[in-house]
Amino acid sequence: MALIRLEPRGQASQAMLYLTPVLAVVLTLAAGFLLFAALGFDPVAALYAFFIEPLTTTRGLGELAVKATPLVLCAVGLAIGFRANVWNIGAEGQFTLGAIAGGGVALAFYGEGGWWLLPLMVVAGAAGGMAWAAIPAFLRTRFNASEILTSLMLTYVALLLLSLLVNGPYRDPDGYSFPESRLFEEAAVMPILIEGTRVHLGSLFALLAVAGGWVLMARTFVGFQIKVIGLTPMAAGYAGFDQKRIIWLTLLLSGGLAGLAGLCEVAGPIGQIMPSISPGYGFTAIIVAFLGRLHPVGILLAGLLMALSFIGGEAAQIGLGLPKAITGVFQGMLLFFLLATDVLIRYRLRFGTKGPVVKGVAAKGVAA
Amino acid sequence: MNVDLVVVGSVIAAMLTAATPLLFAALGEVVTERSGVLNLGVEGMMLVGAVCGFAATVGSGSVVVGVIAAAAAGAGMALLFGVLTLSLLTNQVATGLALTLFGVGLSALIGQGFVGIPLPKPPAFAIPLLSDIPVIGPGVFEHDALVYLGLLAVPALAWFLTRSRAGLVLRAVGENHAAAHALGYKVIRIRYMAVLFGGAMSGVGGGYMSLAYTPMWAEGITAGRGWIALALVVFATWRPERVLVGAWLFGGVTIAQLHVQGLGFAVPSQLLSMLPYIATIVVLVAISRDVARIRLNAPACLGKIFHPGG
Repeated sequence: MALIRLEPRGQASQAMLYLTPVLAVVLTLAAGFLLFAALGFDPVAALYAFFIEPLTTTRGLGELAVKATPLVLCAVGLAIGFRANVWNIGAEGQFTLGAIAGGGVALAFYGEGGWWLLPLMVVAGAAGGMAWAAIPAFLRTRFNASEILTSLMLTYVALLLLSLLVNGPYRDPDGYSFPESRLFEEAAVMPILIEGTRVHLGSLFALLAVAGGWVLMARTFVGFQIKVIGLTPMAAGYAGFDQKRIIWLTLLLSGGLAGLAGLCEVAGPIGQIMPSISPGYGFTAIIVAFLGRLHPVGILLAGLLMALSFIGGEAAQIGLGLPKAITGVFQGMLLFFLLATDVLIRYRLRFGTKGPVVKGVAAKGVAA
Repeated sequence: MNVDLVVVGSVIAAMLTAATPLLFAALGEVVTERSGVLNLGVEGMMLVGAVCGFAATVGSGSVVVGVIAAAAAGAGMALLFGVLTLSLLTNQVATGLALTLFGVGLSALIGQGFVGIPLPKPPAFAIPLLSDIPVIGPGVFEHDALVYLGLLAVPALAWFLTRSRAGLVLRAVGENHAAAHALGYKVIRIRYMAVLFGGAMSGVGGGYMSLAYTPMWAEGITAGRGWIALALVVFATWRPERVLVGAWLFGGVTIAQLHVQGLGFAVPSQLLSMLPYIATIVVLVAISRDVARIRLNAPACLGKIFHPGG
């Protein structure tokens, strides 16, 4: 009946493992070409404005690092959880809590900050994200409640909490009742790493997270436990691995990194607390994690690519008058194509109704 | 005394309306999940349904056309999900998340020309006799057609899943796809139909938001209702009649939040807006803590990939 059949490969294809992300990007660009044409734009010019033009200046490259920083920080943590089948999809909420907690420290010590302020904010930010992720961890391990749904519900709660705070205790006392905090003082702002850009200390944290994530997964026993639990939970049970401990660990880790990302964002490019501090970094990080094959180094590359989709979306909005939402469409398409092409890792495509292999097996069956 | 009753009547009426989008989406997802497929893209399907339904209504001037367009759009999104998970054997959790992320972006893209356009509320139909009950009758028994349709869908689906042959086959596929396949049932085809039905219902649920509940289009208009619907399915232990109870409960919470403000309590609006999400968590925890109960009721093949070739 079907014209294309899937035939299982004996072994997962290593080549396809690395080829499919490239294939997915190419297919996304092709679909983007059609989309732009359908919207009545010159597709070549639009794709150039979206994906190439932002990379032609130093400032543009710097922005790439700025946008990739929160994505990589969040995605490294999420990927470790996904490896263990712990689906934390509330990184956006943990990101927000990191900003609330870390930024709160900056506001609490406003005017009396010293060298110690920024480290304290970093700790508070990570702790805020961890605390928010601890709720789904507790509810999952104690009450068996799906962390997918609880972590996501908590994202909405976190965004409302942020709105509550910037309209209340966090609001700039000298401002004109705008729902914004004071601008952070010098001691509470992330130092710039590269002159002439907005690349800040957070990018270094992101690189450290990539390295740390790699060491954890590739070189430690905990990383091994995470992988076994994800691949074969039963085997992990027989081996005596404590699944609850891994759930706690992965959620706290991903929450802490997301919280750190949130703090880096308000203490970095934003410099204050506002009602909207993220264009959806916590959600996009899910795509980054998958696009990067749940591997820290892959995530670094995927984070840069996704950062480009944010910058390109902004550039296309200004230059071509395209709606900002097109960024989300591109990101969704990329994840679809990636998941779809993933089938090639474990299956071959066969055309026609019946393949020779199946016939051979059937013939053997008759002969036997 | 009568004033209190009028308030009660209007609260019940508002609760029924607030429950309707959740009811459609959760009922659709019950059917999808009973066939063994976990579609986490409900929020995305609802949003695309909402914007397509709105656009079609504005274009055609007919709410009926709008509702059909919403259903078709939801089913279209579900088809995308089906092709990926059922034909290309992708991970259902990841694909569902992708569907929601995609739907959020796509609906905003389609809807950018429709922000701020007002629509008239669809006409309400009074149930004869019952709506003549003094004081509370008009509030409780006078609604638009979709509210009734959602209520009728509950017994219809309960009957379908437990009494009809097709419903039993669908459940067999969800409980043990290998056995169902061995018996000669078309597992993939049946799942496609269940997924498409779920998408259409989510689309109508989203359409209800933009066509009747608000009625207007705004980015992210569903505000997490798709996720609440997913939690409702667990709360209802995959049974339509319990979905109704859950939807009313959440309709009640949504309305309570508006009325507390109306009564003049000095509670920040953000705290009240948190209520439905916190209630979802509480309800989910209350129902999930009984591990055996979830294990008994959840379709055994939920989220598992099926490939007839092995």
